[in-house]
Amino acid sequence: MAIAPSAANKREARRSRAESRLLPAAVSAGSVLAVLLLWWLSGRFGWVSPLFLPPPADVWAAFADIAQHGYKDSSLAAHVGASLRRILIAIALAAVTAVPLGILCGRNRWLRAVFDPFVEFYRPLPPLAYYSLLVLWFGIADESKIVLLFLSGFSPLFIAAVHSSRQVPAERINGARSLGARGWRLYAYVILPSCLPDVLTGLRTAVGVTYSTLVAAEMVAAISGMGWMVLDASKYLRSDIIYAGIILMGIIAIIIDSSLRLLIRKASPWARG
Amino acid sequence: MTVTAQRTGAASVPVPPPGEAAAGRIRLEHISLRYGPASPTAPSVLQDIGLELAGDEFICVLGPSGCGKSSLLNLIAGYIQPSEGRIVIDGAQHSAPDTKVGVVFQHANLFPWLSVARNVEFGLKMAGMPKAERRRKAQAYLELVGLASAASMYPHQLSGGMKQRAAIARTLAADPSIILMDEPFSALDALTRESMQTHVGEIWRKTGKCILFITHDVDEALLLGRRILLLHPSPGRIVEDFANPLHAEGKAPLRSSREFAELREWLIGRIADGAPSGAARQGRTGRAEAMPLGGPSSRQEPYRP
Repeated sequence: MAIAPSAANKREARRSRAESRLLPAAVSAGSVLAVLLLWWLSGRFGWVSPLFLPPPADVWAAFADIAQHGYKDSSLAAHVGASLRRILIAIALAAVTAVPLGILCGRNRWLRAVFDPFVEFYRPLPPLAYYSLLVLWFGIADESKIVLLFLSGFSPLFIAAVHSSRQVPAERINGARSLGARGWRLYAYVILPSCLPDVLTGLRTAVGVTYSTLVAAEMVAAISGMGWMVLDASKYLRSDIIYAGIILMGIIAIIIDSSLRLLIRKASPWARG
Repeated sequence: MTVTAQRTGAASVPVPPPGEAAAGRIRLEHISLRYGPASPTAPSVLQDIGLELAGDEFICVLGPSGCGKSSLLNLIAGYIQPSEGRIVIDGAQHSAPDTKVGVVFQHANLFPWLSVARNVEFGLKMAGMPKAERRRKAQAYLELVGLASAASMYPHQLSGGMKQRAAIARTLAADPSIILMDEPFSALDALTRESMQTHVGEIWRKTGKCILFITHDVDEALLLGRRILLLHPSPGRIVEDFANPLHAEGKAPLRSSREFAELREWLIGRIADGAPSGAARQGRTGRAEAMPLGGPSSRQEPYRP
Protein backbone atom coordinates (compact mmCIF):
# COMPACT_ATOMS: atom_id res chain seq x y z
CA MET A 1 0.00 0.00 0.00
CA ALA A 2 1.25 3.44 -0.81
CA ILE A 3 2.86 5.34 2.00
CA ALA A 4 0.92 8.57 2.54
CA PRO A 5 3.10 11.65 2.24
CA SER A 6 3.14 13.72 5.41
CA ALA A 7 0.81 16.70 5.67
CA ALA A 8 3.72 19.11 5.66
CA ASN A 9 5.13 17.56 2.49
CA LYS A 10 1.73 17.78 0.86
CA ARG A 11 1.37 21.43 1.74
CA GLU A 12 4.86 22.09 0.46
CA ALA A 13 4.08 20.32 -2.80
CA ARG A 14 0.83 22.22 -3.23
CA ARG A 15 2.54 25.53 -2.64
CA SER A 16 5.30 24.84 -5.14
CA ARG A 17 2.71 23.62 -7.64
CA ALA A 18 0.70 26.80 -7.17
CA GLU A 19 3.84 28.87 -7.57
CA SER A 20 4.87 27.06 -10.72
CA ARG A 21 1.45 27.83 -12.20
CA LEU A 22 1.04 31.38 -10.90
CA LEU A 23 4.39 32.76 -11.95
CA PRO A 24 4.12 32.10 -15.70
CA ALA A 25 0.52 33.37 -15.56
CA ALA A 26 1.76 36.62 -14.00
CA VAL A 27 4.41 36.98 -16.72
CA SER A 28 1.76 36.42 -19.41
CA ALA A 29 -0.52 39.02 -17.84
CA GLY A 30 2.40 41.46 -17.72
CA SER A 31 3.28 41.00 -21.39
CA VAL A 32 -0.36 41.44 -22.44
CA LEU A 33 -0.58 44.63 -20.39
CA ALA A 34 2.66 45.89 -21.98
CA VAL A 35 1.26 45.38 -25.50
CA LEU A 36 -1.99 47.11 -24.51
CA LEU A 37 0.07 50.00 -23.16
CA LEU A 38 2.06 50.24 -26.42
CA TRP A 39 -1.22 50.17 -28.34
CA TRP A 40 -2.59 53.00 -26.21
CA LEU A 41 0.65 55.01 -26.56
CA SER A 42 0.68 54.63 -30.35
CA GLY A 43 -2.85 56.04 -30.49
CA ARG A 44 -2.06 58.76 -27.99
CA PHE A 45 0.98 60.02 -29.92
CA GLY A 46 -0.29 59.22 -33.40
CA TRP A 47 2.52 56.78 -34.30
CA VAL A 48 0.27 54.80 -36.62
CA SER A 49 -2.69 55.94 -38.70
CA PRO A 50 -5.97 55.10 -36.92
CA LEU A 51 -7.05 53.33 -40.13
CA PHE A 52 -4.36 50.70 -39.52
CA LEU A 53 -4.58 50.73 -35.76
CA PRO A 54 -7.47 52.56 -34.14
CA PRO A 55 -6.79 53.49 -30.51
CA PRO A 56 -8.14 51.15 -27.82
CA ALA A 57 -10.81 53.66 -26.84
CA ASP A 58 -12.25 53.63 -30.39
CA VAL A 59 -12.26 49.83 -30.52
CA TRP A 60 -13.99 49.72 -27.16
CA ALA A 61 -16.52 52.30 -28.34
CA ALA A 62 -17.19 50.27 -31.50
CA PHE A 63 -17.67 47.18 -29.38
CA ALA A 64 -20.02 48.98 -27.02
CA ASP A 65 -21.95 50.29 -30.02
CA ILE A 66 -22.45 46.91 -31.71
CA ALA A 67 -23.16 45.33 -28.36
CA GLN A 68 -25.91 47.87 -27.74
CA HIS A 69 -27.34 48.48 -31.20
CA GLY A 70 -26.20 45.40 -33.03
CA TYR A 71 -24.52 45.34 -36.43
CA LYS A 72 -26.56 45.65 -39.63
CA ASP A 73 -30.03 44.70 -38.43
CA SER A 74 -28.86 41.93 -36.07
CA SER A 75 -27.77 42.13 -32.48
CA LEU A 76 -24.25 41.12 -31.55
CA ALA A 77 -25.65 38.12 -29.67
CA ALA A 78 -27.40 37.03 -32.89
CA HIS A 79 -24.11 37.23 -34.83
CA VAL A 80 -22.21 35.29 -32.19
CA GLY A 81 -25.10 32.86 -31.84
CA ALA A 82 -25.27 32.25 -35.61
CA SER A 83 -21.56 31.43 -35.74
CA LEU A 84 -21.60 29.19 -32.68
CA ARG A 85 -24.74 27.43 -33.90
CA ARG A 86 -23.02 26.53 -37.19
CA ILE A 87 -19.95 25.26 -35.35
CA LEU A 88 -22.01 23.31 -32.85
CA ILE A 89 -24.12 21.54 -35.48
CA ALA A 90 -21.05 20.79 -37.62
CA ILE A 91 -19.06 19.42 -34.67
CA ALA A 92 -22.00 17.35 -33.43
CA LEU A 93 -22.42 15.83 -36.90
CA ALA A 94 -18.69 15.18 -37.16
CA ALA A 95 -18.59 13.59 -33.70
CA VAL A 96 -21.44 11.13 -34.35
CA THR A 97 -19.98 10.08 -37.70
CA ALA A 98 -16.19 10.36 -37.45
CA VAL A 99 -15.82 8.79 -33.99
CA PRO A 100 -17.73 5.52 -34.59
CA LEU A 101 -16.35 5.19 -38.11
CA GLY A 102 -12.82 5.97 -36.94
CA ILE A 103 -13.02 3.45 -34.10
CA LEU A 104 -14.29 0.74 -36.45
CA CYS A 105 -11.56 1.60 -38.96
CA GLY A 106 -8.96 1.42 -36.20
CA ARG A 107 -10.08 -2.09 -35.28
CA ASN A 108 -10.47 -3.38 -38.82
CA ARG A 109 -7.71 -2.82 -41.35
CA TRP A 110 -9.91 -3.68 -44.33
CA LEU A 111 -12.40 -1.01 -43.39
CA ARG A 112 -9.50 1.35 -42.83
CA ALA A 113 -8.18 0.56 -46.28
CA VAL A 114 -11.57 1.53 -47.73
CA PHE A 115 -11.87 4.94 -46.03
CA ASP A 116 -8.28 6.04 -45.60
CA PRO A 117 -7.61 7.26 -49.16
CA PHE A 118 -10.54 9.67 -49.10
CA VAL A 119 -9.76 11.17 -45.72
CA GLU A 120 -6.07 11.44 -46.59
CA PHE A 121 -6.96 13.10 -49.90
CA TYR A 122 -9.31 15.81 -48.71
CA ARG A 123 -7.64 16.47 -45.35
CA PRO A 124 -4.79 18.69 -46.62
CA LEU A 125 -7.07 20.59 -49.06
CA PRO A 126 -7.74 24.20 -48.11
CA PRO A 127 -11.47 24.39 -47.30
CA LEU A 128 -11.99 27.39 -49.58
CA ALA A 129 -10.84 25.29 -52.54
CA TYR A 130 -13.95 23.13 -52.41
CA TYR A 131 -16.31 25.58 -50.74
CA SER A 132 -17.70 26.85 -54.04
CA LEU A 133 -18.58 23.26 -54.94
CA LEU A 134 -20.40 22.89 -51.64
CA VAL A 135 -22.36 26.07 -52.38
CA LEU A 136 -23.35 24.57 -55.73
CA TRP A 137 -24.46 21.39 -54.02
CA PHE A 138 -26.06 22.70 -50.85
CA GLY A 139 -27.06 26.25 -51.74
CA ILE A 140 -26.04 29.56 -50.27
CA ALA A 141 -27.91 29.20 -47.00
CA ASP A 142 -26.58 27.67 -43.78
CA GLU A 143 -26.36 24.11 -45.14
CA SER A 144 -23.24 24.66 -47.24
CA LYS A 145 -21.50 26.43 -44.35
CA ILE A 146 -22.34 23.63 -41.94
CA VAL A 147 -21.14 21.01 -44.43
CA LEU A 148 -17.87 22.90 -44.88
CA LEU A 149 -17.34 23.11 -41.13
CA PHE A 150 -18.37 19.46 -40.78
CA LEU A 151 -15.75 18.39 -43.33
CA SER A 152 -13.05 20.45 -41.66
CA GLY A 153 -13.89 18.97 -38.26
CA PHE A 154 -14.36 15.41 -39.53
CA SER A 155 -10.76 14.54 -40.37
CA PRO A 156 -9.10 15.47 -37.04
CA LEU A 157 -11.78 13.52 -35.18
CA PHE A 158 -11.55 10.58 -37.55
CA ILE A 159 -7.78 10.43 -37.29
CA ALA A 160 -7.87 10.69 -33.49
CA ALA A 161 -10.46 7.90 -33.32
CA VAL A 162 -8.51 5.60 -35.66
CA HIS A 163 -5.28 6.21 -33.79
CA SER A 164 -6.78 5.74 -30.34
CA SER A 165 -8.65 2.55 -31.17
CA ARG A 166 -5.47 1.04 -32.60
CA GLN A 167 -3.71 1.92 -29.34
CA VAL A 168 -6.15 0.07 -27.05
CA PRO A 169 -3.93 -2.49 -25.29
CA ALA A 170 -4.57 -6.03 -26.59
CA GLU A 171 -4.44 -7.21 -22.99
CA ARG A 172 -7.34 -4.95 -22.03
CA ILE A 173 -9.48 -6.33 -24.83
CA ASN A 174 -8.46 -9.91 -24.06
CA GLY A 175 -9.25 -9.36 -20.39
CA ALA A 176 -12.67 -7.97 -21.25
CA ARG A 177 -13.42 -10.93 -23.50
CA SER A 178 -12.50 -13.28 -20.67
CA LEU A 179 -15.04 -11.39 -18.55
CA GLY A 180 -17.73 -12.07 -21.14
CA ALA A 181 -17.65 -8.90 -23.27
CA ARG A 182 -18.36 -9.61 -26.94
CA GLY A 183 -19.50 -7.85 -30.09
CA TRP A 184 -21.03 -4.40 -29.67
CA ARG A 185 -20.65 -4.57 -25.89
CA LEU A 186 -16.90 -4.84 -26.31
CA TYR A 187 -17.05 -1.62 -28.34
CA ALA A 188 -19.49 0.22 -26.08
CA TYR A 189 -18.04 -0.75 -22.71
CA VAL A 190 -14.33 -1.20 -23.40
CA ILE A 191 -13.06 0.23 -26.68
CA LEU A 192 -15.05 3.49 -26.72
CA PRO A 193 -14.14 4.47 -23.13
CA SER A 194 -10.51 3.53 -23.86
CA CYS A 195 -10.52 5.90 -26.83
CA LEU A 196 -12.29 8.73 -25.02
CA PRO A 197 -9.22 10.71 -23.84
CA ASP A 198 -7.68 10.75 -27.32
CA VAL A 199 -11.02 11.41 -29.00
CA LEU A 200 -11.63 14.40 -26.72
CA THR A 201 -8.20 15.75 -27.63
CA GLY A 202 -9.18 15.23 -31.27
CA LEU A 203 -12.39 17.12 -30.55
CA ARG A 204 -10.32 20.03 -29.28
CA THR A 205 -8.33 20.06 -32.51
CA ALA A 206 -11.51 19.72 -34.54
CA VAL A 207 -13.17 22.68 -32.81
CA GLY A 208 -10.03 24.74 -33.43
CA VAL A 209 -9.92 23.88 -37.15
CA THR A 210 -13.65 24.45 -37.53
CA TYR A 211 -13.45 27.78 -35.80
CA SER A 212 -10.69 28.96 -38.12
CA THR A 213 -12.68 27.81 -41.15
CA LEU A 214 -15.66 29.81 -39.92
CA VAL A 215 -14.63 33.14 -41.45
CA ALA A 216 -14.17 31.46 -44.82
CA ALA A 217 -17.58 29.84 -44.48
CA GLU A 218 -19.22 33.16 -43.67
CA MET A 219 -17.59 34.96 -46.59
CA VAL A 220 -20.04 33.78 -49.19
CA ALA A 221 -23.61 35.03 -49.15
CA ALA A 222 -23.93 35.28 -45.40
CA ILE A 223 -25.84 37.99 -43.54
CA SER A 224 -24.89 36.97 -40.04
CA GLY A 225 -22.04 35.58 -38.00
CA MET A 226 -18.89 36.95 -36.42
CA GLY A 227 -16.81 36.19 -39.52
CA TRP A 228 -19.29 37.93 -41.78
CA MET A 229 -19.38 40.94 -39.44
CA VAL A 230 -15.61 41.39 -39.65
CA LEU A 231 -15.53 40.92 -43.42
CA ASP A 232 -18.44 43.28 -43.93
CA ALA A 233 -16.82 45.94 -41.73
CA SER A 234 -13.67 45.71 -43.85
CA LYS A 235 -15.66 46.77 -46.91
CA TYR A 236 -16.32 50.09 -45.17
CA LEU A 237 -12.81 50.34 -43.72
CA ARG A 238 -14.30 50.23 -40.23
CA SER A 239 -11.08 49.04 -38.60
CA ASP A 240 -12.49 49.70 -35.13
CA ILE A 241 -15.21 47.09 -35.74
CA ILE A 242 -12.70 44.70 -37.35
CA TYR A 243 -10.49 44.89 -34.26
CA ALA A 244 -13.45 44.55 -31.92
CA GLY A 245 -14.70 41.53 -33.88
CA ILE A 246 -11.28 39.84 -33.98
CA ILE A 247 -10.70 40.34 -30.27
CA LEU A 248 -14.18 38.99 -29.54
CA MET A 249 -13.53 35.91 -31.72
CA GLY A 250 -10.23 35.34 -29.92
CA ILE A 251 -11.79 35.57 -26.48
CA ILE A 252 -14.63 33.21 -27.41
CA ALA A 253 -12.08 30.72 -28.82
CA ILE A 254 -10.11 30.80 -25.58
CA ILE A 255 -13.29 30.20 -23.56
CA ILE A 256 -14.31 27.26 -25.75
CA ASP A 257 -10.84 25.73 -25.65
CA SER A 258 -10.43 26.01 -21.91
CA SER A 259 -13.85 24.51 -21.26
CA LEU A 260 -12.90 21.60 -23.53
CA ARG A 261 -9.66 21.21 -21.63
CA LEU A 262 -11.60 21.15 -18.39
CA LEU A 263 -13.96 18.55 -19.84
CA ILE A 264 -11.01 16.36 -20.88
CA ARG A 265 -9.52 16.55 -17.42
CA LYS A 266 -12.86 15.71 -15.78
CA ALA A 267 -13.64 12.89 -18.20
CA SER A 268 -10.30 11.09 -18.00
CA PRO A 269 -8.49 11.88 -14.76
CA TRP A 270 -6.33 8.73 -15.16
CA ALA A 271 -4.80 9.99 -18.41
CA ARG A 272 -3.28 13.05 -16.79
CA GLY A 273 0.47 13.00 -17.33
CA MET B 1 22.40 -33.32 -1.93
CA THR B 2 20.77 -35.56 0.63
CA VAL B 3 17.63 -37.23 -0.45
CA THR B 4 15.05 -37.60 2.25
CA ALA B 5 13.49 -40.88 1.45
CA GLN B 6 10.15 -40.64 3.28
CA ARG B 7 7.08 -39.85 1.34
CA THR B 8 5.27 -37.22 3.30
CA GLY B 9 1.73 -38.06 2.39
CA ALA B 10 1.67 -36.31 -0.96
CA ALA B 11 -1.59 -38.11 -1.69
CA SER B 12 -3.56 -35.63 0.43
CA VAL B 13 -2.92 -32.94 -2.16
CA PRO B 14 -5.94 -32.71 -4.44
CA VAL B 15 -4.55 -34.20 -7.60
CA PRO B 16 -6.72 -36.31 -9.87
CA PRO B 17 -5.56 -39.85 -10.46
CA PRO B 18 -3.86 -39.88 -13.85
CA GLY B 19 -5.64 -41.43 -16.77
CA GLU B 20 -9.14 -40.81 -15.48
CA ALA B 21 -10.41 -38.32 -17.98
CA ALA B 22 -13.75 -37.81 -16.27
CA ALA B 23 -12.11 -36.38 -13.18
CA GLY B 24 -10.41 -33.58 -15.07
CA ARG B 25 -12.43 -30.48 -15.79
CA ILE B 26 -9.64 -28.94 -17.83
CA ARG B 27 -7.78 -31.04 -20.35
CA LEU B 28 -5.02 -30.14 -22.77
CA GLU B 29 -4.67 -32.79 -25.46
CA HIS B 30 -1.44 -32.95 -27.46
CA ILE B 31 -1.10 -29.19 -27.63
CA SER B 32 1.61 -27.90 -29.95
CA LEU B 33 2.26 -24.32 -30.92
CA ARG B 34 4.43 -23.04 -33.73
CA TYR B 35 4.78 -19.45 -34.75
CA GLY B 36 5.21 -18.30 -38.28
CA PRO B 37 4.27 -20.32 -41.36
CA ALA B 38 2.17 -23.36 -40.58
CA SER B 39 4.77 -25.86 -41.65
CA PRO B 40 5.67 -28.86 -39.51
CA THR B 41 9.31 -27.85 -39.70
CA ALA B 42 8.85 -24.44 -38.01
CA PRO B 43 10.38 -24.36 -34.52
CA SER B 44 7.91 -25.24 -31.80
CA VAL B 45 7.11 -22.91 -28.94
CA LEU B 46 5.25 -25.70 -27.24
CA GLN B 47 5.45 -29.34 -28.14
CA ASP B 48 2.91 -32.02 -27.38
CA ILE B 49 1.66 -30.70 -24.06
CA GLY B 50 -0.71 -33.07 -22.33
CA LEU B 51 -2.25 -31.95 -19.08
CA GLU B 52 -5.25 -32.65 -16.95
CA LEU B 53 -6.40 -30.42 -14.13
CA ALA B 54 -9.04 -31.07 -11.51
CA GLY B 55 -11.52 -28.34 -10.72
CA ASP B 56 -9.93 -27.25 -7.44
CA GLU B 57 -6.16 -27.45 -7.86
CA PHE B 58 -3.53 -24.81 -7.29
CA ILE B 59 -0.96 -25.45 -10.00
CA CYS B 60 2.19 -23.47 -10.45
CA VAL B 61 3.79 -23.49 -13.88
CA LEU B 62 7.47 -22.82 -13.39
CA GLY B 63 10.02 -22.17 -16.04
CA PRO B 64 12.68 -19.79 -17.28
CA SER B 65 11.65 -16.95 -19.57
CA GLY B 66 11.17 -18.15 -23.10
CA CYS B 67 9.99 -21.62 -22.12
CA GLY B 68 6.52 -20.97 -23.50
CA LYS B 69 4.65 -20.59 -20.21
CA SER B 70 2.96 -17.39 -21.30
CA SER B 71 2.03 -19.01 -24.59
CA LEU B 72 0.51 -21.85 -22.58
CA LEU B 73 -1.60 -19.30 -20.69
CA ASN B 74 -2.66 -17.54 -23.90
CA LEU B 75 -3.68 -20.90 -25.34
CA ILE B 76 -5.78 -21.93 -22.34
CA ALA B 77 -7.41 -18.49 -22.24
CA GLY B 78 -8.27 -18.83 -25.94
CA TYR B 79 -6.28 -15.74 -26.98
CA ILE B 80 -4.24 -17.80 -29.42
CA GLN B 81 -4.96 -21.07 -31.18
CA PRO B 82 -2.78 -24.18 -30.96
CA SER B 83 -1.15 -25.47 -34.12
CA GLU B 84 -2.19 -28.93 -33.05
CA GLY B 85 -4.27 -30.45 -30.31
CA ARG B 86 -7.23 -29.10 -28.40
CA ILE B 87 -8.29 -27.77 -25.04
CA VAL B 88 -11.37 -29.17 -23.37
CA ILE B 89 -13.04 -27.44 -20.44
CA ASP B 90 -16.06 -28.93 -18.72
CA GLY B 91 -16.52 -31.31 -21.63
CA ALA B 92 -16.57 -28.66 -24.36
CA GLN B 93 -13.75 -27.58 -26.62
CA HIS B 94 -12.42 -24.15 -25.64
CA SER B 95 -11.08 -22.11 -28.54
CA ALA B 96 -12.13 -18.49 -27.84
CA PRO B 97 -11.93 -16.37 -24.70
CA ASP B 98 -15.02 -16.51 -22.51
CA THR B 99 -16.02 -16.52 -18.85
CA LYS B 100 -15.00 -20.16 -18.35
CA VAL B 101 -11.38 -19.08 -18.13
CA GLY B 102 -10.57 -16.05 -16.00
CA VAL B 103 -7.25 -14.29 -16.36
CA VAL B 104 -5.26 -12.17 -13.92
CA PHE B 105 -2.53 -10.36 -15.82
CA GLN B 106 0.94 -9.32 -14.78
CA HIS B 107 -0.22 -5.71 -14.74
CA ALA B 108 -3.65 -5.49 -13.18
CA ASN B 109 -5.26 -4.34 -16.42
CA LEU B 110 -8.23 -2.74 -14.67
CA PHE B 111 -10.52 -0.43 -16.64
CA PRO B 112 -9.21 3.01 -15.62
CA TRP B 113 -12.55 4.78 -16.19
CA LEU B 114 -14.40 2.54 -13.75
CA SER B 115 -14.27 2.58 -9.96
CA VAL B 116 -12.97 -0.54 -8.24
CA ALA B 117 -16.53 -1.71 -7.53
CA ARG B 118 -17.59 -1.17 -11.17
CA ASN B 119 -14.51 -3.04 -12.33
CA VAL B 120 -15.50 -6.02 -10.20
CA GLU B 121 -19.07 -5.77 -11.48
CA PHE B 122 -17.96 -5.76 -15.12
CA GLY B 123 -18.28 -9.51 -15.73
CA LEU B 124 -21.62 -9.61 -13.93
CA LYS B 125 -22.91 -6.74 -16.06
CA MET B 126 -21.82 -8.56 -19.20
CA ALA B 127 -23.72 -11.60 -17.93
CA GLY B 128 -26.85 -9.44 -17.66
CA MET B 129 -27.19 -9.59 -13.89
CA PRO B 130 -29.56 -6.95 -12.42
CA LYS B 131 -27.90 -3.92 -10.88
CA ALA B 132 -28.79 -4.49 -7.21
CA GLU B 133 -27.64 -8.09 -7.27
CA ARG B 134 -24.42 -7.20 -9.02
CA ARG B 135 -23.66 -4.46 -6.45
CA ARG B 136 -24.15 -6.92 -3.62
CA LYS B 137 -22.00 -9.60 -5.25
CA ALA B 138 -19.18 -7.22 -6.12
CA GLN B 139 -19.13 -6.00 -2.53
CA ALA B 140 -18.82 -9.59 -1.30
CA TYR B 141 -15.85 -10.25 -3.58
CA LEU B 142 -14.21 -7.00 -2.55
CA GLU B 143 -14.55 -8.07 1.06
CA LEU B 144 -13.00 -11.43 0.18
CA VAL B 145 -9.89 -9.76 -1.21
CA GLY B 146 -9.84 -7.19 1.61
CA LEU B 147 -10.63 -4.19 -0.56
CA ALA B 148 -14.13 -3.28 0.59
CA SER B 149 -13.02 0.13 1.81
CA ALA B 150 -11.59 1.04 -1.61
CA ALA B 151 -14.76 0.20 -3.56
CA SER B 152 -15.36 3.73 -4.77
CA MET B 153 -11.73 4.50 -5.59
CA TYR B 154 -10.35 4.53 -9.12
CA PRO B 155 -7.50 2.29 -10.31
CA HIS B 156 -5.01 5.15 -10.65
CA GLN B 157 -5.51 5.89 -6.96
CA LEU B 158 -4.49 2.36 -5.88
CA SER B 159 -1.12 0.86 -5.06
CA GLY B 160 0.19 -2.05 -7.12
CA GLY B 161 -0.91 -4.66 -4.59
CA MET B 162 -4.40 -3.17 -4.29
CA LYS B 163 -4.74 -3.16 -8.07
CA GLN B 164 -3.96 -6.87 -8.19
CA ARG B 165 -6.46 -7.56 -5.41
CA ALA B 166 -9.11 -5.71 -7.42
CA ALA B 167 -8.15 -7.66 -10.54
CA ILE B 168 -8.46 -10.94 -8.64
CA ALA B 169 -11.88 -9.91 -7.28
CA ARG B 170 -13.00 -8.96 -10.79
CA THR B 171 -11.94 -12.35 -12.16
CA LEU B 172 -13.54 -14.27 -9.26
CA ALA B 173 -16.83 -12.38 -9.69
CA ALA B 174 -17.20 -13.68 -13.25
CA ASP B 175 -17.18 -17.21 -11.74
CA PRO B 176 -14.75 -18.96 -14.12
CA SER B 177 -13.99 -22.70 -14.07
CA ILE B 178 -10.29 -21.94 -13.94
CA ILE B 179 -8.29 -18.82 -13.15
CA LEU B 180 -5.02 -18.23 -14.96
CA MET B 181 -2.53 -15.94 -13.27
CA ASP B 182 0.34 -14.64 -15.35
CA GLU B 183 3.15 -13.73 -12.95
CA PRO B 184 0.68 -11.42 -11.18
CA PHE B 185 3.05 -10.40 -8.39
CA SER B 186 6.30 -10.03 -10.33
CA ALA B 187 5.89 -6.26 -10.70
CA LEU B 188 5.28 -5.74 -6.96
CA ASP B 189 7.83 -4.88 -4.31
CA ALA B 190 9.10 -7.77 -2.19
CA LEU B 191 7.00 -7.05 0.90
CA THR B 192 3.76 -6.60 -1.03
CA ARG B 193 4.55 -9.71 -3.04
CA GLU B 194 4.87 -11.79 0.09
CA SER B 195 1.58 -10.59 1.53
CA MET B 196 -0.13 -11.14 -1.82
CA GLN B 197 1.22 -14.70 -1.96
CA THR B 198 -0.28 -15.46 1.44
CA HIS B 199 -3.46 -13.77 0.36
CA VAL B 200 -3.92 -15.66 -2.89
CA GLY B 201 -3.42 -18.93 -1.00
CA GLU B 202 -6.25 -17.96 1.34
CA ILE B 203 -8.48 -16.98 -1.55
CA TRP B 204 -7.84 -20.35 -3.15
CA ARG B 205 -8.75 -22.17 0.08
CA LYS B 206 -11.94 -20.12 0.52
CA THR B 207 -13.19 -20.32 -3.05
CA GLY B 208 -11.92 -23.73 -4.13
CA LYS B 209 -11.26 -22.41 -7.63
CA CYS B 210 -8.78 -24.08 -9.91
CA ILE B 211 -5.83 -21.71 -10.20
CA LEU B 212 -3.05 -22.05 -12.75
CA PHE B 213 -0.31 -19.73 -11.61
CA ILE B 214 2.58 -18.91 -13.90
CA THR B 215 5.87 -17.84 -12.38
CA HIS B 216 9.59 -17.88 -12.94
CA ASP B 217 10.20 -17.59 -9.19
CA VAL B 218 11.09 -20.97 -7.64
CA ASP B 219 10.22 -19.77 -4.11
CA GLU B 220 6.85 -18.55 -5.23
CA ALA B 221 6.07 -21.86 -6.92
CA LEU B 222 7.05 -23.81 -3.80
CA LEU B 223 5.08 -21.51 -1.49
CA LEU B 224 1.90 -21.52 -3.54
CA GLY B 225 1.75 -24.54 -5.81
CA ARG B 226 0.08 -27.69 -4.54
CA ARG B 227 1.14 -29.13 -7.84
CA ILE B 228 4.12 -27.87 -9.76
CA LEU B 229 4.79 -28.13 -13.47
CA LEU B 230 8.27 -27.43 -14.70
CA LEU B 231 8.72 -26.38 -18.31
CA HIS B 232 11.89 -26.56 -20.36
CA PRO B 233 12.38 -24.34 -23.39
CA SER B 234 12.93 -24.93 -27.11
CA PRO B 235 10.65 -26.56 -27.60
CA GLY B 236 8.52 -25.76 -24.56
CA ARG B 237 7.53 -28.97 -22.84
CA ILE B 238 6.55 -30.25 -19.41
CA VAL B 239 9.52 -32.05 -17.83
CA GLU B 240 8.28 -32.32 -14.25
CA ASP B 241 4.76 -32.63 -12.89
CA PHE B 242 4.56 -33.37 -9.20
CA ALA B 243 2.56 -32.77 -6.06
CA ASN B 244 4.42 -30.28 -3.88
CA PRO B 245 5.41 -32.27 -0.78
CA LEU B 246 5.79 -29.07 1.23
CA HIS B 247 2.04 -28.68 1.24
CA ALA B 248 1.40 -32.21 2.44
CA GLU B 249 -0.99 -32.54 5.37
CA GLY B 250 -2.20 -29.01 4.84
CA LYS B 251 0.74 -27.35 6.56
CA ALA B 252 2.12 -24.13 5.19
CA PRO B 253 5.65 -24.36 3.80
CA LEU B 254 8.37 -22.62 5.76
CA ARG B 255 11.00 -20.87 3.70
CA SER B 256 13.55 -21.55 6.43
CA SER B 257 12.95 -25.31 6.56
CA ARG B 258 15.52 -27.73 5.25
CA GLU B 259 12.93 -29.39 3.03
CA PHE B 260 12.24 -26.07 1.36
CA ALA B 261 15.93 -25.45 0.73
CA GLU B 262 16.41 -28.93 -0.70
CA LEU B 263 13.45 -28.76 -3.04
CA ARG B 264 14.49 -25.30 -4.10
CA GLU B 265 18.00 -26.47 -4.87
CA TRP B 266 16.68 -29.44 -6.79
CA LEU B 267 14.27 -27.32 -8.83
CA ILE B 268 16.94 -24.76 -9.68
CA GLY B 269 19.07 -27.65 -10.89
CA ARG B 270 16.25 -29.02 -13.00
CA ILE B 271 15.69 -25.59 -14.53
CA ALA B 272 19.39 -25.37 -15.38
CA ASP B 273 19.15 -28.80 -17.06
CA GLY B 274 17.00 -27.17 -19.69
CA ALA B 275 19.32 -24.25 -20.32
CA PRO B 276 20.79 -24.23 -23.85
CA SER B 277 24.34 -24.50 -22.48
CA GLY B 278 24.63 -27.65 -20.41
CA ALA B 279 27.65 -26.09 -18.69
CA ALA B 280 25.42 -24.76 -15.95
CA ARG B 281 25.33 -28.23 -14.48
CA GLN B 282 29.06 -28.82 -14.37
CA GLY B 283 30.16 -31.24 -11.74
CA ARG B 284 26.79 -32.92 -11.61
CA THR B 285 25.60 -36.03 -13.26
CA GLY B 286 24.00 -35.52 -16.62
CA ARG B 287 20.82 -37.39 -15.79
CA ALA B 288 18.09 -35.82 -13.72
CA GLU B 289 18.68 -36.26 -10.06
CA ALA B 290 16.05 -37.80 -7.92
CA MET B 291 13.62 -35.40 -6.36
CA PRO B 292 14.09 -34.93 -2.63
CA LEU B 293 11.35 -35.60 -0.07
CA GLY B 294 8.67 -37.15 -2.19
CA GLY B 295 11.00 -39.03 -4.45
CA PRO B 296 10.18 -39.78 -8.06
CA SER B 297 7.18 -41.82 -7.04
CA SER B 298 5.10 -38.72 -6.39
CA ARG B 299 5.68 -37.44 -9.90
CA GLN B 300 2.91 -37.76 -12.36
CA GLU B 301 3.34 -39.04 -15.82
CA PRO B 302 2.30 -36.31 -18.26
CA TYR B 303 -1.29 -36.91 -19.24
CA ARG B 304 -1.75 -38.88 -22.44
CA PRO B 305 -5.30 -39.57 -23.47
